[in-house]
Amino acid sequence: MTELWVILISAGLVLGISAAFAALLLVAERYLANYGQCVIDVNRGSRRLEVRGGETLLSTLMGRQIFIPSACGGKGTCAYCKVKVLEGAGTVAPTEQPLLTAEDVANNVRISCQVKVRNDMAIEIPGNLLNVKQYTGAVERIRDLTHDIKELRIKLTDPPTIEFVPGQYVQLMAPAYKGSPEAVYRAYSIASPPHDAGYVELIIRRVPGGTCTTWVFEHLAEGDEVSFNGPYGEFRLSGTDAEMVWIAGGSGMAPFWSIVRHMKQAQIARKCTYFFGAVRKGDLFFTDELRQLDRELDWFTFVPALSAPAESDQWDGATGLITEVVGKGVSDAAAKEGYLCGSGGMIDAAVKTLKGKGMPEEKIYYDKFT
Amino acid sequence: MILAQPPTELQPGFAATLLVILVSATFTENILLTRFLGMCPFLSISRQLKSAVGMGLAVVFVTTCTCFLNATLYWYVLEPLKAYHIPAESLKLILFIVVIAAFVQLMEMLIERISIGLYFALGIFLPLITVNCAILGASLFMINKDLHGLSALVYGFGAGLGWMIAIVLMAGIRQRLKRSKVPAALEGPGITLIIAGIMAMAFVIFQGMIKL
Repeated sequence: MTELWVILISAGLVLGISAAFAALLLVAERYLANYGQCVIDVNRGSRRLEVRGGETLLSTLMGRQIFIPSACGGKGTCAYCKVKVLEGAGTVAPTEQPLLTAEDVANNVRISCQVKVRNDMAIEIPGNLLNVKQYTGAVERIRDLTHDIKELRIKLTDPPTIEFVPGQYVQLMAPAYKGSPEAVYRAYSIASPPHDAGYVELIIRRVPGGTCTTWVFEHLAEGDEVSFNGPYGEFRLSGTDAEMVWIAGGSGMAPFWSIVRHMKQAQIARKCTYFFGAVRKGDLFFTDELRQLDRELDWFTFVPALSAPAESDQWDGATGLITEVVGKGVSDAAAKEGYLCGSGGMIDAAVKTLKGKGMPEEKIYYDKFT
Repeated sequence: MILAQPPTELQPGFAATLLVILVSATFTENILLTRFLGMCPFLSISRQLKSAVGMGLAVVFVTTCTCFLNATLYWYVLEPLKAYHIPAESLKLILFIVVIAAFVQLMEMLIERISIGLYFALGIFLPLITVNCAILGASLFMINKDLHGLSALVYGFGAGLGWMIAIVLMAGIRQRLKRSKVPAALEGPGITLIIAGIMAMAFVIFQGMIKL
């Protein structure tokens, strides 16, 4: 027999056996992993979804344009995609257990990327998640705010406008690029006010080695198309008219930059003092704009503070760690509300300071950037 | 006229042979501690005793079944083709991987359908096993040792059992380790690898006890 025949028979054997197994798996998938039509009842009858069973709850909902926040992309590590499942979820999977608190389990809260749709289900999700949509837009402007913070202004194309509550965030998609094989989503607070409905502005601080920020800083150019979904998040002004203390650092500026411009436009004259912390003068941004608002609006006070101003900064404003400046600037906080946005360490320290000034813990609202 | 007869399953002493295969596969040739195969899940799933047992059972199940399937494929399909100059030795590597991957996928679907309880206890570990070198190693060693039919099944079971014993021992040690002071630089995989090394040395005592 010639060598050609040997090669042909060997290849045929391998292909034949592989094809036989592939066919077997296809048949099995058709009959074993087929859970038929399932009905998902959302928020007790407010929406009824007829879906094909077999996929995870997260991806099934995503297929029906209901976007549950998820940072890890369904790998069961970030625990953002928690959803209350009233009926039909079965027992809690071992992959969910480390991510659920005892309270979650008691309230039927589940990790939606680890729950499969195998039968009819009834779920409850925050009403505003039903408003979450996928948006595409074009980058109209990228500008440097400081050496490591950029502002992105995106003109929406489809849908052309967005509705959100100031303080909410969107998940920006960084597509696959050289060095990052798959698309990732990262959360950024919306910095533009809601009346500027045709645009979304994001304030992005560079994270060394970060997948999304590297893409924004090194690959994204003006005119590029971007997509994101949102809005998400419960960080927003309360319905009271209590005096407020705002504390932010770095890109934690974003929600407040949205809120203050919204308050001015909507004429919400609620007294507030905004403490913004940075290291040197070069780390401050929007200072002129915010000082201008401070002069224009009698209810708004802006206090930028530098922890270590350089000699050349010629800084005559507040100096010291943001918590020290807040400690000096706020007297009795018992009747006030605190709104904090920034890194975890800064928030923990600021919460401690505000509690020390008599502010009740449940009146302190924050958005931790991690 | 004398023909070389392969040992048949009716020969006297066959049960004793099976026992030797089992002990040898489990202890003297422990696939993890003497061959160092299947290290990735050994390091990552050995943090908790409960998941280590689940993973171990999944490996036992899969090695037992795939060794039997691969033995059948090799001795009844590939071996006879050697007469036609087909390179059975090279083909077995590709085909064994195909068999293992397909079997694991099929089992995952089947278990999920039949029993959610069993799926949560065992099934979720199955995808982790598809690419586990210990499973493929067991099948390849089995062919080297010229094991057929029931012997192959027992060898697969023994190899899986040996792997399970190793990971359960490691999980037990690591659970105790949580309460002891480990130098910061050695925390996690570092100290685990050192422990694995010491365990491997302990398993050396089984060497030469019996040989297949």
